[in-house]
Amino acid sequence: MSRIAQTFAALKRPALITFITAGDPDAARSLEVLKSLPAAGADIIELGMPFTDPMADGPVIQAAGLRALKTGADMQQTLKMVQQFRAGNSTTPIVLMGYANPILQYGNEKFCADSAKAGVDGLIIVDLPPEESEELEAAAKKNGLDFIRLLTPTTKDDRIPTVVKNASGFLYYVSVTGITGAAKANPESIRPHIDQIRKHTKLPIAIGFGIKTPEDVKALAKIGDAVVVGSAIVNTIAGNQNAKDLQTIVSKQVSGLSGGLVG
Amino acid sequence: MNSKPNTLKNAPDEKGHFGPYGGRYVAETLMPLILSVEKAWNAAKNDPKFWAEFDDLAKNYIGRPSPLYFAAETTKHLKGAKIYFKRDELNHTGAHKINHCIGQGLLARRMGKTRIIAETGAGQHGVATATVCALFKIPCTIFMGAKDIERQAPNVFRMKLLGAEVRPCTSGSASLKDAMNEALRDWVSNVHDTFYLIGTVAGPHPYPAMVRDFQSIIGKELREQMQEREGRLPDSLVACIGGGSNAMGLFHPFLDDTDVKLIGVEAGGYGVDTDQHAASLAGGKPGILHGMKSYFLQNNDGQIQEAHSISAGLDYPGIGPEHSWLFDQKRVEYVSVTDAEALDAFQLCSKLEGIIPALEPSHAFAHVCKIAGKLPKDHILVMNMCGRGDKDIFTVAEKLGVKL
Repeated sequence: MSRIAQTFAALKRPALITFITAGDPDAARSLEVLKSLPAAGADIIELGMPFTDPMADGPVIQAAGLRALKTGADMQQTLKMVQQFRAGNSTTPIVLMGYANPILQYGNEKFCADSAKAGVDGLIIVDLPPEESEELEAAAKKNGLDFIRLLTPTTKDDRIPTVVKNASGFLYYVSVTGITGAAKANPESIRPHIDQIRKHTKLPIAIGFGIKTPEDVKALAKIGDAVVVGSAIVNTIAGNQNAKDLQTIVSKQVSGLSGGLVG
Repeated sequence: MNSKPNTLKNAPDEKGHFGPYGGRYVAETLMPLILSVEKAWNAAKNDPKFWAEFDDLAKNYIGRPSPLYFAAETTKHLKGAKIYFKRDELNHTGAHKINHCIGQGLLARRMGKTRIIAETGAGQHGVATATVCALFKIPCTIFMGAKDIERQAPNVFRMKLLGAEVRPCTSGSASLKDAMNEALRDWVSNVHDTFYLIGTVAGPHPYPAMVRDFQSIIGKELREQMQEREGRLPDSLVACIGGGSNAMGLFHPFLDDTDVKLIGVEAGGYGVDTDQHAASLAGGKPGILHGMKSYFLQNNDGQIQEAHSISAGLDYPGIGPEHSWLFDQKRVEYVSVTDAEALDAFQLCSKLEGIIPALEPSHAFAHVCKIAGKLPKDHILVMNMCGRGDKDIFTVAEKLGVKL
């Protein structure tokens, strides 16, 4: 059983997935923040691979990527960060999230092999729809990495089977037709679509985009098996990038978010 | 038994691939929309009524066919090949961009879309889009890099006069690639009512093929005009390349005429051996951006590099996927011309022919100047004069140290 499957199997409540960009604001502090996330309540961690042109991301995550790149982030550094995290944590799944080009340049095969070796559990590649993902998907499978697919409000019923086919780990439901950091979705408006998706898959469904507060988390946890918070956390990192206790500030926020799931 | 002759004109395949390039590398939110654009385009392109409307507007609104002009003074000056200009700078709005804007505008209307977005570099595509949107009464928003807004002020004002909203993009290098990122983000957020009118043979399938098909009117007219004037096909075709729409439109009808030499001119900026240029084929490698696989300027980590060209219209770190494929196939020869060479060519063409070219085709003209003298007098060379230079006089004046 993969680390992701184990995590979902062991939890008696919806999971909290937190997103940070690798190398933001710099390698050392990003690692400190990463290490602090599980204790603060993150069940799964999405680690963003910085890219110059993140077309599905709003200003907050765009800026995080550029901050990281400015301090020297690259794919090797991201993988090293996972390896350093894994040295002290063998249970919390890490999912790398990003865009296809940095992976293509690293080499699809080598990327998957090195990711698996570093302790990565899954991949979410925003600009690789099922129509274009065959090669990376095969390499991921070969190396035991889950290939997590995105579904959106525009994914009509007849397309759901195409998307969920060969997906593994969990499914990521983008709850708004928009970019990251947008206004949140109305939970009741997305429920019918989630129900529809469940007819085609037994995989857990995580809901993301526009989810910022413990109240948002609580509301969407009623519908999904996991809730993803990204921009809100990255925004905290941006606002406190020079603070000595950056990871403490982030931890406090994540504890608050996770409080939306218990109780 | 003879096998079927090879053709380069059937690409892309049904998934939008030109060899290994092209495709649909977009977020899932856009995927259903991309598929619906493709479906609508497939229906439209087989509908004679669609083309009747396109042809009517091409003739009576754009002013097509654009003339094929024998550039006698240039020919005399360069003492070699017989040089013609395909005069797409005489089109309504002053460049070839209007060709695909009319086409995509008609498609957007056919699809019932009530809002159009577009990116623009030099502002030519933005002006052409705003023009078509004014004509079709569809509200439009044009995304433009803040840097480009500064260097193309007249076009910004034109767009506003035409009723468009111009939205400045300050992220990244604040030029064409960032404008395209912003347009894609807007599209993701407004899928239900918005049509993205892409300004070149780039982006996800079906855009590269669709824009090419609209721009192919240039090459098709040229075939007929050349037959009339010289009774034969030309020997060489030369066009500048940013994303590559005017070049693709000129080249495509000639792809299978292997005796016709095709030459694409990339923007060499300060030189392709520096890090300040926009020559994706000369200095880039295959990658994925803006919905397509193609050649891009990038570092070893796959981070996209900022392009540089004196010409805002060529200032893009990528190139259309069909060009990448034709480059690998060696069907088209791709060369580059520096800012300084383009600037000289801009002035030379103005004085020789009384035609002030845009900085974009000034790149093509600079290359024509390099090769024409070495070619025999019966060699017929056609250069696409894809835009006029009125918009560039401020940039050029500044480079020449002239205060306006």
